[in-house]
Amino acid sequence: MKQIASDATEQVSVIDNPWASLRQYTDARIGLGRAGSSQPTRPHLAFQLAHAQARDAVHLALDTEKMTQELAEFGDVIHVSSQATDRATYLCRPDLGRRLDAESTERLEQWAASGAPPCLSLVVADGLSARAIHENVRAFLNIFVPMARDEGWSLGPIVLAEQARVALGDPVGELLGAEVEVMLIGERPGLSSPDSLGIYFTYHPHSGCRDSERNCISNVRRAGQGYEEAARLLHYLIREAKALGASGVALKDNSDTSSELGNGRDGNFLLS
Amino acid sequence: MSADYKTVIGQHTYRFSGLRDVMAKASPRRSGDELAGVAARSAEERVAAQMVLADTPLKAFLNDPLIPYEDDEVTRLIIDGHDKSAFSPVSSMTVGDFRNWLLSEAADASVLKRLSRGLMPEMAAAVSKIMRLQDLVLVGSRMRVETAFRNTIGLPGRLSTRLQPNHPTDNPAGIAASILDGLLYGSGDAVIGINPATDNTGNVVTLIKMLDEIIQRYNIPTQSCVLTHVTTSIEAIERGAPVDLVFQSIAGTQAANEGFGISLSLLKEGFEAAQSLKRGSVGQDAMYFETGQGSALSANGHHDVDQQTLEARAYAVAREFSPLLVNTVVGFIGPEYLFDGKQIIRAGLEDHFCGKLLGVPMGCDVCYTNHAEADQDDMDVLLTLLGTAGCNFIMGIPGSDDIMLNYQTTSFHDAQYARQLLGLAPAPEFDQWLQDMAISDAGHRLLVGEKLPAPFQHALEQS
Repeated sequence: MKQIASDATEQVSVIDNPWASLRQYTDARIGLGRAGSSQPTRPHLAFQLAHAQARDAVHLALDTEKMTQELAEFGDVIHVSSQATDRATYLCRPDLGRRLDAESTERLEQWAASGAPPCLSLVVADGLSARAIHENVRAFLNIFVPMARDEGWSLGPIVLAEQARVALGDPVGELLGAEVEVMLIGERPGLSSPDSLGIYFTYHPHSGCRDSERNCISNVRRAGQGYEEAARLLHYLIREAKALGASGVALKDNSDTSSELGNGRDGNFLLS
Repeated sequence: MSADYKTVIGQHTYRFSGLRDVMAKASPRRSGDELAGVAARSAEERVAAQMVLADTPLKAFLNDPLIPYEDDEVTRLIIDGHDKSAFSPVSSMTVGDFRNWLLSEAADASVLKRLSRGLMPEMAAAVSKIMRLQDLVLVGSRMRVETAFRNTIGLPGRLSTRLQPNHPTDNPAGIAASILDGLLYGSGDAVIGINPATDNTGNVVTLIKMLDEIIQRYNIPTQSCVLTHVTTSIEAIERGAPVDLVFQSIAGTQAANEGFGISLSLLKEGFEAAQSLKRGSVGQDAMYFETGQGSALSANGHHDVDQQTLEARAYAVAREFSPLLVNTVVGFIGPEYLFDGKQIIRAGLEDHFCGKLLGVPMGCDVCYTNHAEADQDDMDVLLTLLGTAGCNFIMGIPGSDDIMLNYQTTSFHDAQYARQLLGLAPAPEFDQWLQDMAISDAGHRLLVGEKLPAPFQHALEQS
């Protein structure tokens, strides 16, 4: 029987798009070609794979053993859980994901009774992608923690949180008496970014903080915003927040490097 | 004004505290109403509420507003704008009678069109709660809401698409690549609309100019939009930007709209700014609104009203400003409001039905996020049903993957599928352009293969 080679051969019944070279300008799924007017098999299955990876990232449990070991390098590790007892509850009840359960509150109170209030409290939380935590947190902290120490910022315990939303950091920071709360949390996985880490920080954290009182650095991952750059930005922003005595919209965020638009014409081949 | 809302099923008497409670408990199950704590506590209670609702006169909604008149400007808009003579053909009906009448041959396209200003959004929401999907599709398919700017959208036998060439950093070549891809797949007649990476007014103006130049260079009979806050669009117009459509996200309560940083008077300012430019050729419908079930609860402005009723109230806001496009972004909000494919599919069809019944040019962003229990198969079901229901437009994005907003919506290929399967065509003016450019033939089949239409071949060679 004749062997049909995979990538090298033309796909049978597929009309290719001669503009596939434009993919150099975007990660969008352009120039896929068509079978009739439908998506050909290869791009169809590539999409299915990306969705499967994003779905798996949402449901992957946080590997607390591995993370406890990794985080021990940076300080005491305290485990906490939100009031969302499982993934299904977590997804449907964002309110529960923002509250600590009773045991976790007790653990944090015990720590606070024995230690001085830290300058920074670090929370590492699964959020919507434990994969983002497994793959990025250690590399990020390896750069950020020495920066914080050089500044003389005292670090509280590293709080490892399960089934957590961003605002769970508020009661954690409040109980520890931290000046600044930093939360490293798995972001909502995108189709091409199942491993994206979000970093939120809040000056003077307390239960009931509004989202407008936080700042965020997002898309931190190997193929996204780099660790070095993210650590430097966080370091800069915390210094600004401490000087200002506030975070969130009050803090002028000069980090807006999000646009490559220019005059809209340069590089725009449709207008050349 | 209080009526007694109760019914007996077997040994059990189900009592409801008022019309708002009946509406919430009669809603087909969805996670957002459960999150709000207003949903039925059992399947039987839900049907009990539906039975009570079916026996409720439509007039009850006029006499007993779900959100008080004094507290909410959207309620005032609805009550003050209610057209009693348009309402008269159905004014003596109960919600259950209304469903029967909608399904009957008496309710044809012209009758339904005349009725729309006589209906409150709460009446549309109420009847939708006791309708099955097939009812929503069948009645939906009879209703036409046509609008026009540089082409005509919503005609029978047509399905338009918004070409959504988003790029995470607004890279001009990246945006252009997605636009070219979309146009060559026959997408973009509803609008070429970008979600910008930043709301910075300077960037927004540059994007608006860029889209305008592309539309002019290739003589495309369509309109552009940069989806930014209405105040930014007003500022862009003041700076002389060639704005076609003014965009805004809207919701069904004053409090939720305040969360979006808008009010009815601000929307009116945006509407007047858009009208002042008169940039349409075949019409001047110049607003583009987006909505979605759950947005009011998300903004903590829901007044214990169920999310589907609040969504219908957003259409009452939309219809004040003769929009070209109203788009329910149904699956974007996440599983805490619409948990899975089943809930998203039903919500999409409810929104289309209620919007059309209220006279709004309804389209749908057939979409989901990766943390919802949904996938491409669910979107195929919703897309196919919306196609049969006569939905005005859907989104179009390369390979279903929005690399900027991190969610999945319909691809250029998906629109071709729906058009091919259901015999639907793009807006007539755009369709003619596609044929003139040899992108598709008179039977709406794609033609582009090895060689591109000359102007695009030229552009590609410059890339």
